[in-house]
Amino acid sequence: MARLKFLCDADRCIECNACVTACKNENEVPWGINRRRVVTINDGKPGERSISMACMHCTDAPCKAVCPVDCFYNTPDGIVLHSKDLCIGCGYCFYACPFGAPQYPRVGNFGSRGKMDKCTYCAGGPEPDLSAAEYEKYGANRIAEGKLPLCAEMCSTKSLLAGDGEIIAAIYKERVLKRGYGSGAWGWKTAYKETIDV
Amino acid sequence: MTRTGTDRRWSAHGIAAALLMLMAVLLMLPAASGPAVAQVNPTTEAVKEEQLMQALDRVTGRVSIPDQKAATLIQVEGQEWRAYHERTLAWIGGIAILGTLAVLAAFYIVRGRIPIEGGLSGRTIVRFRWFERFVHWLTASCFVILALSGLNVAFGKSLLLPLIGPEAFSSFSMAAKYAHNFLSFPFTLGLVLMFFIWALRNIPGRVDIAWFMQGGGIVGNTHPPAGKFNGGQKVLFWLVILVGGAIAASGYILLFPFYGTTIAQMQTAQVIHGLLAVLLIAVILGHIYIGTLGMEGAFGAMGSGQVDLNWARQHHSLWVAEVENQAAEEGRRGVPPSAVPAE
Repeated sequence: MARLKFLCDADRCIECNACVTACKNENEVPWGINRRRVVTINDGKPGERSISMACMHCTDAPCKAVCPVDCFYNTPDGIVLHSKDLCIGCGYCFYACPFGAPQYPRVGNFGSRGKMDKCTYCAGGPEPDLSAAEYEKYGANRIAEGKLPLCAEMCSTKSLLAGDGEIIAAIYKERVLKRGYGSGAWGWKTAYKETIDV
Repeated sequence: MTRTGTDRRWSAHGIAAALLMLMAVLLMLPAASGPAVAQVNPTTEAVKEEQLMQALDRVTGRVSIPDQKAATLIQVEGQEWRAYHERTLAWIGGIAILGTLAVLAAFYIVRGRIPIEGGLSGRTIVRFRWFERFVHWLTASCFVILALSGLNVAFGKSLLLPLIGPEAFSSFSMAAKYAHNFLSFPFTLGLVLMFFIWALRNIPGRVDIAWFMQGGGIVGNTHPPAGKFNGGQKVLFWLVILVGGAIAASGYILLFPFYGTTIAQMQTAQVIHGLLAVLLIAVILGHIYIGTLGMEGAFGAMGSGQVDLNWARQHHSLWVAEVENQAAEEGRRGVPPSAVPAE
């Protein structure tokens, strides 16, 4: 079985933010929430790189470990999903997540958090595949349609790669060998406890 | 092509330009024949995740969306917080709470219920007036719900979730979360009121040292003298005020996420909140024990507000003397004695 991962080839990312926009549009993401964002490191300085980041769907995910109501689960492909019916909006997954993926719509008094929202790898949620309830809560389920996440599919420079970890790692390796440089698979060590050595 | 064009091609300007180009090419020849430095390598200066991690333990950049906290790309402290929450807190909390319960059970088996020496006298003395009792129970009832809902967040998924199933547990936890958030306000009010009504009576003195030297009468059969509050109660009071206050303060930081705090500060606040909370729960378990099961005649103080005179003489001899002196003085002045309850 495939182990689905994200890989952002920072040497190709041009910070066009199309992945961010595509994600918001495809999943009808609530106002104020960005499931994916592009972070520019060393902005305006030599060696500047932009990295598109969302939930990395970690191996042994920290959010899943700390959730007090155990609302996270893994799909057979290794995607980390959660149930908004079970989520109580406590904020613990945000404390634990290395990538700042979980976000909460603000509801009610002071800092009251609503049900957590994060990248689903375009794989919906626990509701029946492609149901209206699933779309309303989690957005698209492209995986059920046999497609990859839209952010990666429509990346204009093919910087953002989604797919089986071994395959995208091989593509990245080949690129690094061919062009002679690569700033590394950002977040892989933290998320998957491995790096891509070239 | 016209004659003028040909003329211009061989004009003085043209020849000069051609010569300059030739010179430039000749000047560049030695550089090209040396090592291949001309090839561009963007990674020589590219930022590397590992370098950034080693420098700061987190990687932060710039985002073009309004949510500026999204500018933190990777924060590894989350892993440490996870280890604390899943292992450290579970162990410390488990040992503190179960350990206290075990100690109390052992104490009860060995010592039994501490009786009133000489039995009930039948005469009572007012220990806590209605406002004092109201403040106590306001704080106490909030604390019990805050403690249980807090423990539910830490231990519920291992203890309660398997028993009642995910849906019921989630609904319960959601209600518990709201209770935890909202009851923090009356709890804090209780702490403030407690401070104002009891702080003066809880200033430690020489009598308390003697009280502790004799083990507070808990060990052995001596009855060290004590005022309205004995040494142990004073320690409890200041623990409740200071530790309770710190728990409340760290809780409000968590209740207002990103109100001038960063995620690292919120993680720290959560660690302080959890550790102090299990400490205070353990302390309060001892307090509940001695106020109910552990000692005959003690509950009346916070129940009806009155205690038996023999109980008061046994545990708070100096306070009884003080009240009696006051009553005698008031009696001389023709004021109704305060030892008679007005309620």
